[in-house]
Amino acid sequence: MILLIDLIIVAIVLMNLMMLSSSRIRTCIRIVAVEGILVGLVPIIADINSITFSAIISSFFNITLKGFVFPWLLYRAAQEANIRKEVEPIGGYALSLLLGVILFLIATWLSTRLLYVKPLFSNIVVSVSFATFFTGVLIIVSRTKAITQVLGYIVLENGIYLFGVSLLAEQHLLVELAILLDIFVAVFVMGIAIFHISREFDHIDTHNLSELKDWIKLKQE
Amino acid sequence: MLIKFIIIVPFVFGLVSFFINKDFWRRALIVVCSAIHFFLTGLAWLNRPDSGLGDWFFLDNLGVIFLTITSFLFLGASIYGIVYLADEKRKFDDEGKNFSREAIFSGCFLLFLSTMTIVTVSQHLAVLWAAIEATTLASAPLIYFHRTKRSLEATWKYLLICSVGIALALLGLFFLSVSNGSNQGNLVLSNMIQTPQGMNIVWLKAAFLLLFVGYGTKMGLAPFHTWLPDAHSEAPSVVSALLSGALLNCALLGILRAYQVCLAAGLGSYCRDIFISFGLLSILFAAIFILGQKDYKRMLAYSSVEHMGIITLGIGLGGQAVYGSLISVIGHSLGKAGLFFVAGNIFAYSKTKTISEIQGLINGRTYYLGLFWMVGFLLITATPPSAIFLGKFVILKEIIFQGRYWIVFIFLTALALVFIGMARIFLSMTEGVTDNKNPNYSFGLRFFVQILPTTVFFGLIIAIGLYFPAGLKQQLETAAKMLGGF
Repeated sequence: MILLIDLIIVAIVLMNLMMLSSSRIRTCIRIVAVEGILVGLVPIIADINSITFSAIISSFFNITLKGFVFPWLLYRAAQEANIRKEVEPIGGYALSLLLGVILFLIATWLSTRLLYVKPLFSNIVVSVSFATFFTGVLIIVSRTKAITQVLGYIVLENGIYLFGVSLLAEQHLLVELAILLDIFVAVFVMGIAIFHISREFDHIDTHNLSELKDWIKLKQE
Repeated sequence: MLIKFIIIVPFVFGLVSFFINKDFWRRALIVVCSAIHFFLTGLAWLNRPDSGLGDWFFLDNLGVIFLTITSFLFLGASIYGIVYLADEKRKFDDEGKNFSREAIFSGCFLLFLSTMTIVTVSQHLAVLWAAIEATTLASAPLIYFHRTKRSLEATWKYLLICSVGIALALLGLFFLSVSNGSNQGNLVLSNMIQTPQGMNIVWLKAAFLLLFVGYGTKMGLAPFHTWLPDAHSEAPSVVSALLSGALLNCALLGILRAYQVCLAAGLGSYCRDIFISFGLLSILFAAIFILGQKDYKRMLAYSSVEHMGIITLGIGLGGQAVYGSLISVIGHSLGKAGLFFVAGNIFAYSKTKTISEIQGLINGRTYYLGLFWMVGFLLITATPPSAIFLGKFVILKEIIFQGRYWIVFIFLTALALVFIGMARIFLSMTEGVTDNKNPNYSFGLRFFVQILPTTVFFGLIIAIGLYFPAGLKQQLETAAKMLGGF
């Protein structure tokens, strides 16, 4: 089982890097879907000897939401808003990928500094969870389309979830479901917002969301 | 039982009001629900209820203060809001349909109340987290009420920045859980406070930092406050009042809960330094941005950043300043909500948010508008006998008592800058020759109903400033003790 778990975790790292280097929105959605399924599988496979009811339920909801419901929602949003490609990020995709690798190294360093409890399984899972978290933040900051920012938010949540399952023996099922429900509603509301942005601005480029600011106004004075 | 009711009533009423087509009944529902909520909150003061839900939900001395403020503000906002909705109605064309704009507004308004109630009563930190995230989601449609490009921009920033911030807090929560190890009753506040021995300090420190930054984003502490002026200026004024007066407090409560755990684990001084630095930074940021402000609702938003900074600073100082902070929480909520209500009327009258386009409010037929605007200014900038003065004074006294004169210097300089900046804006709007911009605006019954909550709020601030009731004092003192005061 250790081998399988490690394989999944390495696959998650690869998904992160792929996410950072792809420009087509649909590909990005698919990558996030696969990553969601992989992350959802982790608790089941890790616990395979003593599998609990709540682990199954939580995995089930995670996989359904992140693997199928979110991608479907975002697919529709992308279709409705008629977007195919993300705008080139500052510095291009190569730099983005490089930053992703650097963030992975930082995450690995950070996890060796912080660790006092051994993860329940696999030695690399904590560093990968941090790296996934950082990747999510990087996507939100560097990409301009609203829909990609939502994808970044989901990646970030995946990282947090992975961290949660790797170190905490058991959370209350109700708590986990409440957290999941929140994320679901968040993505849902953001999806609605994307519809509205595409209708108001004819595209979902957040560069256009720049009427409200104070720094520029101060400089002009 | 009472706690269950207090959460469920607005939740059910909120869901129901999505489906009501008749405007009259929907508006009546908002007011009735807010009144019931306020009544139940009053009962909670008389007889501290047991939730019947174990140690996950429990109304402690700190929670009851925040619950009362929230409930009271919602009651005022519901009265103000129904007149506002009736006025706005003429602009829409979706009357009588299911899920009309107003139905979504009413539903989200009550769900917002319900989620904030959960924040104030939950003792399980993960439930608290879920409730705070839910407040973001319930209030996003409220900010987008006008459906303009600018309000969309504000809503998007609010959603994304707050969601990412709160995701950080979730990571902090997991850190806290790790630090707590395999102790029983993980993440239940009372358990963590009673048995802090087994906690790992390094993880706890990291957890507090993440929770502080995460909830601090939502609370509007600089430099994570960037969503706040946008959302406050683009939302309808009644929503801005709730965001400023109630929502920021709820996020503060999230930080305070984490602080309670750290205090029990002996990390007091570590946390206090964080509180003081971010508090001072927020006050300074607000002072700078108020000085050059051109939009009066943004100015009020920055004033909220300033007050959140003052409150955070007071909690960080410890001692009596915690008590001062809690007074400031009450004063700021009432004062800022009242000011946003008046700002809403000024906007309805003048149709502009630009400061330079408004003058002479206090001269001519807009006399009451100008009067309340001016009174609100004096109260919020802590002119005695405002309760805010009391709060700031207690905080200042504590700083001097501790001999930290560099904080006194920064604190007073920033407050002076804020006062100058706000005085310029308020005076230029109220003084001068009236231009009688909107002769059609009526100062009749509707205006009277809308100004009523403001009158009560302002009256209460002055009343608390003049005479501090013994019951309230005792309540605040016990709450301050929970936060390392005295």
